[in-house]
Amino acid sequence: MALTDQTRAEMMDLAARYPQARSALLPMLHLVQSEEGYVTEGGIIMCAEVLGLTTAEVKAVATFYTMFKDEPVGEYHVGVCINPGCGILGGDAIWETLSEDLGVGHDQVTEDGKISLERIECQAACTHAPVMTANWEFMDNMTVESARQLVEDLRAGREVKSTRGPVIRDFKATERTLSGIDDDGLGEVPATDDLMLAGLRYAQEHDMKAPDAEVI
Amino acid sequence: MPLTPVITAHWDQPDSFTLEGYRRNGGYSALAKAFEMGPDAVIATVKDSGLRGRGGAGFPTGLKWSFVPQNDGKPHYLVVNADESEPGACKDIPIMLANPHALIEGIIIASYAIRADHAFVYIRGEVPHVIRRMHAAVREARAAGYIGDNIAGSGFNLNLVVHSGAGAYICGEETALLDSLEGRRGQPRLKPPFPAVAGLYACPTVVNNVETIANVPYIVNNGVDWFRSFGTEKSPGFKVFAVSGHVQRPGIYEAPLGIPMAELLEYAGGVREGHELKFWLPGGSSVPMLTAEHLDLPLTYEAMAEAGSMLGTGTPMVFDETTSVVRAVTGWLDFYKHESCGKCTPCREGNWFIHDLLHRFDQGRGRSDQLVVLDNVCGQILGRSFCALGDAAATPFPSAMKYFADEFEAGTTTPSSVAFDPAASTVFSEVKA
Ligand SMILES: Cc1cc2nc3c(=O)[nH]c(=O)nc-3n(C[C@H](O)[C@H](O)[C@H](O)COP(=O)(O)O)c2cc1C
Ligand code: SF4
Ligand code: FES
Repeated sequence: MALTDQTRAEMMDLAARYPQARSALLPMLHLVQSEEGYVTEGGIIMCAEVLGLTTAEVKAVATFYTMFKDEPVGEYHVGVCINPGCGILGGDAIWETLSEDLGVGHDQVTEDGKISLERIECQAACTHAPVMTANWEFMDNMTVESARQLVEDLRAGREVKSTRGPVIRDFKATERTLSGIDDDGLGEVPATDDLMLAGLRYAQEHDMKAPDAEVI
Repeated sequence: MPLTPVITAHWDQPDSFTLEGYRRNGGYSALAKAFEMGPDAVIATVKDSGLRGRGGAGFPTGLKWSFVPQNDGKPHYLVVNADESEPGACKDIPIMLANPHALIEGIIIASYAIRADHAFVYIRGEVPHVIRRMHAAVREARAAGYIGDNIAGSGFNLNLVVHSGAGAYICGEETALLDSLEGRRGQPRLKPPFPAVAGLYACPTVVNNVETIANVPYIVNNGVDWFRSFGTEKSPGFKVFAVSGHVQRPGIYEAPLGIPMAELLEYAGGVREGHELKFWLPGGSSVPMLTAEHLDLPLTYEAMAEAGSMLGTGTPMVFDETTSVVRAVTGWLDFYKHESCGKCTPCREGNWFIHDLLHRFDQGRGRSDQLVVLDNVCGQILGRSFCALGDAAATPFPSAMKYFADEFEAGTTTPSSVAFDPAASTVFSEVKA
């Protein structure tokens, strides 16, 4: 899909949300990825035009951030958290298995273009270790088996639900959500799981609460 | 010390994240109180409460707000730091997921206090489920008249933008965050000037952590004395602790500051069955590790500092005896090397250096004299780097050497994966000690 006048209009919409237009550059680059799948030359030029920057200035920004890709990722971009909080608890084993199964390493795509793998750092979900992501939707409490299953399902085009609710969509759809341009309508998925409720439930079972509050 | 759910009190209600759910539990009632008090009284209340920043450094929040110059004719900004990328930290993401309106109400009150009419929530990019949650919550709040012009008839106007980052730990550092929010590479700025004087677009800006701001409605509603009935003189209030690692029931536990780690660990079911604690970190990989001998210490800013560590993000990570400390430290240095922004030499070069040497020890190819070199290089990074990421990177190795020097010595002959079977430390291992 090529960038269109519609994209340009959406970029201008993003830019108008900020006191200074340049602040919209990261969201705009997410928008480019939502159309193109990665940060293309055309995307850089359009960002530069909308913001009145040079393409070198835009490129300098795009290359700083890990989420901005300079070549296409797989249809499903799969992350395995290998930061010690997950790595030691099983993330390293998951990584080795997937990498071997698929025959691809960090930031590489399978030949059929279906799956790319990334060694990702802590995802702010260590309570749910080992954690994976698929097009950035979370897959919590993974095992080697469930990781294999996940990749197999994604490859086969079966519908997979994130452990946090939403169905895993394609990479471009997630990027559109990240750009913030419009609501993806998925904001109503369940909020919490057993791990997030562990302390609250313990408190309820043992009659513990915060003292003397008017409003909590 | 009992658990005290406040921010987490209603998370078991299926609609806790909606405007209706939040209001049913008394949400948005602090806003009216704040408007009645006036901005200066709100700042004074937060100051008196003793609330300290929950982003890691523990800086007094009210004091920070009071640094914002008034009547300077410049726009003021509030920027919420929702970058949560510190390894081990996992409490802001759940707060935004389950209770986004507490954050939004806190944002309105804080913006009102510092006279900001534009606020931003900078969320790390890798969490679409949280980003859409915040977008949905802001939409609801706007429709209900809590965001926009003349909020609740107060004459106060506020615009709120939810902004996603794009994968860079350094953007959690407040000045790097501001550069990133200005559409630049996220690299730290020289301080002073501090953001409160010259922040976003060189205007006075308060940067606060998600949990810090989410505390504000509860403080305004229930008062300073109530807030100070939790915690200690120097560490007042409650904390959303996230306990992870080799524990029976990892998860979110909200308790007063000052709860001893041993008790928190007990609530989390203790170390996993058949195993014993080896080391733990009070709040992120950037704080020095502690051992079983420190379990009885209260989780406060002051007690952790006295023990040679830091409370940090207040998200304890626990590792049992199956864990190779060499492997853990090497993994964290992979992270710091990857995340170093490259602006200053000690951190940019030093981290590659430490990283390479640590990998030798991890593979059983180290040399004893390199332990001295490692210590030396860490010393060269610590205190000589442009921002606190450098200091953080120079922390894991010396703190591990303090308690586990023999394991690094063993790294001169034995790979960590031979000394400690990696399979034994996975959560899906069948191995019981
Ligand atoms: C490398 C680095 C990463 C940081 N990451 C975060 C973060 O993700 N979230 C956060 O609130 N503070 C983070 N901080 C601390 C911020 O610089 C700042 O102190 C904090 O946002 C202030 O808010 P508080 O006073 O409410 O804690 C980080 C600091 C450094 C040096
Ligand atoms: S200490 Fe590291 S992260 Fe901080 S400015 Fe220097 S190079 Fe960048
Ligand atoms: S270490 Fe994997 S989510 Fe924190």
